Amino acid sequence: MIYQALSDLFDGFRVALELHNIGFTFLGVLLGNVVGVLPGMGVLATISILLPLTFGMKPVAAILMLAGVFYGSQYGGAICSILLNLPCHPPHAVTCLDGYPLTKQGKGGVALGITVIASFVGASWGITEMTFLAPVLVQVALKFGPAEVCSLMLLGLLAGSTLARGSPIKGVAMTVFGLLLGIVGADIETGTPRFAFGMTELDDGVEIVALALGLFGIAEFMNTVNQTAPIDTKYTNVRLRDMWPSKADFKLALAPMLRGTVLGSLCSLIPGTGPTIASFVSYAVEKKVSRTPERFGHGALEGVACPEASTHSSVQGDFIPTMSLGIPGDAVMALLLGALTIQGIVPGPQLISQHPDVFWGLVASFWVGNIMLVILNVPMIGLWVKLLTIPYRYLYPSALFFICIGVYSTNNDMFQVGETIVIGVFGYILLQLGFHPAPILLGFVLGPRFEENFRRAMLISRGDLMVFLERPISAFFVFLCVVLIVAQIVVRLRSNGRPKTEEAIPRPAE
Amino acid sequence: MEPLSNLLSSKKDYYAGALMTLIGVGAILEARHYNLGTLFHMGPGFFPIILGVTMTGLGIVIAAAAVTEGGDQLVIPKPEWRAWACILAGPILFIFLGNYGGLVPATFACVFVSAMGDREATLKSSLILATGITFFGVLLFSYLLQVSLPMWRWGGV
Repeated sequence: MIYQALSDLFDGFRVALELHNIGFTFLGVLLGNVVGVLPGMGVLATISILLPLTFGMKPVAAILMLAGVFYGSQYGGAICSILLNLPCHPPHAVTCLDGYPLTKQGKGGVALGITVIASFVGASWGITEMTFLAPVLVQVALKFGPAEVCSLMLLGLLAGSTLARGSPIKGVAMTVFGLLLGIVGADIETGTPRFAFGMTELDDGVEIVALALGLFGIAEFMNTVNQTAPIDTKYTNVRLRDMWPSKADFKLALAPMLRGTVLGSLCSLIPGTGPTIASFVSYAVEKKVSRTPERFGHGALEGVACPEASTHSSVQGDFIPTMSLGIPGDAVMALLLGALTIQGIVPGPQLISQHPDVFWGLVASFWVGNIMLVILNVPMIGLWVKLLTIPYRYLYPSALFFICIGVYSTNNDMFQVGETIVIGVFGYILLQLGFHPAPILLGFVLGPRFEENFRRAMLISRGDLMVFLERPISAFFVFLCVVLIVAQIVVRLRSNGRPKTEEAIPRPAE
Repeated sequence: MEPLSNLLSSKKDYYAGALMTLIGVGAILEARHYNLGTLFHMGPGFFPIILGVTMTGLGIVIAAAAVTEGGDQLVIPKPEWRAWACILAGPILFIFLGNYGGLVPATFACVFVSAMGDREATLKSSLILATGITFFGVLLFSYLLQVSLPMWRWGGV
């Protein structure tokens, strides 16, 4: 088994090291790093803008590049948190707490250096985990019938919506809204147009690019415009030689890094708990196990190393359920699955055996990409710091143009640009009412497959709902769903009246 | 339970719940026209109805939770009319000019108008930005990626 995985990985390297695949991996991580650094630019918006451009590309190159944007942005996001105290990306919000004080003490360079090391350590573990765990998961998942797939998707949807940020019930509502949006278009079996309201343009369904760019582009811009704090560049003068941590610093950060890595990989195994939760949990744990917890919040290097390692380990681990089961853990993964589907690749447990070049090429490209990112981030730190100073007023109009041309070019259809505007306005209203729109994408991507499997399961069982409880694996997933719901209710009842802690962290733009 | 005055005040979650209920009811009303089928042989209407009912229920729960537990007041942010109008006008102009003028005017107008939404933007800064992005955009999309939108076209699709 181990030998098999290693030999597959070797084949993956052959794919990932093809010249044009290396090129697209590089392009992906570079763009990711850039948007990670730019305050106010989201990784979701970036991937959606790039999505239409990948239609003409080969599937391997497309997925390598889009994935690269995701993990690349994680490297860049930390720079923003540490040097500017701006939590541009939710997973790095917690890094502000100790990263910025370090910067004020003149140790910003060291914090960045430790971050790069911690990121690489975390990512390495995440990739290793994927190499060996995904094939095992697939072996199990291949035996799933429609009932199991259905229960697993239900679990994924519930976890994705309740464990994310914000109110769990609102998260579930957003998921259901996503499922409803997923219904729009012709019914798979009968061809009846549903929720199309007489518009023939909607017969093919809502365009995923339009949906993502409306929610994470236009709505986000409406929310952020004129709200950005002036950027304080007082501390952004970091040079390469400042980044090299001293032996004492490295020793201090080593154990937290390893703890963060383990915590992150654990979090990534629970569907729905992505990098953001991983980083928050690991910061809390690190503070608890520390002999000097009072240093946290005043520039403790451990408070940077642990969550950063955890984020990266979890980011890589997030790909495991997505690529091996076809169940995305968060909106970014949902988007990547959407990209695969557009390329004609059906996500699910059969993906590894049917498209080994995509799966193993992706795993191998993680190594390539992460090494590139370390190289990019160390000598070129000066350039990234310069990027931080680009004001938002230049960013969002440019991004709006990319959104328009991107949505247009998906089908060469201006109707979809209009669709994006409408979704954007509605998304802004949702934001104002305290909804986080990310689960919409999750529901939207899983919806059609969920319905299909549900109908198939009912057809096989002759309309007997008990089938979900009679089959043991399916019953186990249903049991987990119930546990999840009960746990949420208990937490809610307990925390009643207590002040919310989440609001203490500045709201990151996503 | 809280005093009636609190109950009637405009809590954010009342609107949030109402909106979700509205979507749910709307979905049910629309899905009524599709063939429902049976649990054994589900028609196109079955799944939408389930979702509509779930959504309606969730909306009621969201609003009800706000009655018993407090919840935030609806804070209407200081309206950024100019910014909002500009951000929306940009893409709308892109659609219009894309259909009747081509990529170059569409890009320029989209960037220029939306850039004017920022409070610190000046006519000059927006002009420079729009020119730069148009130049770059045409280079990237027309020459490199060969998007089907022509650079110029006069009237009509």
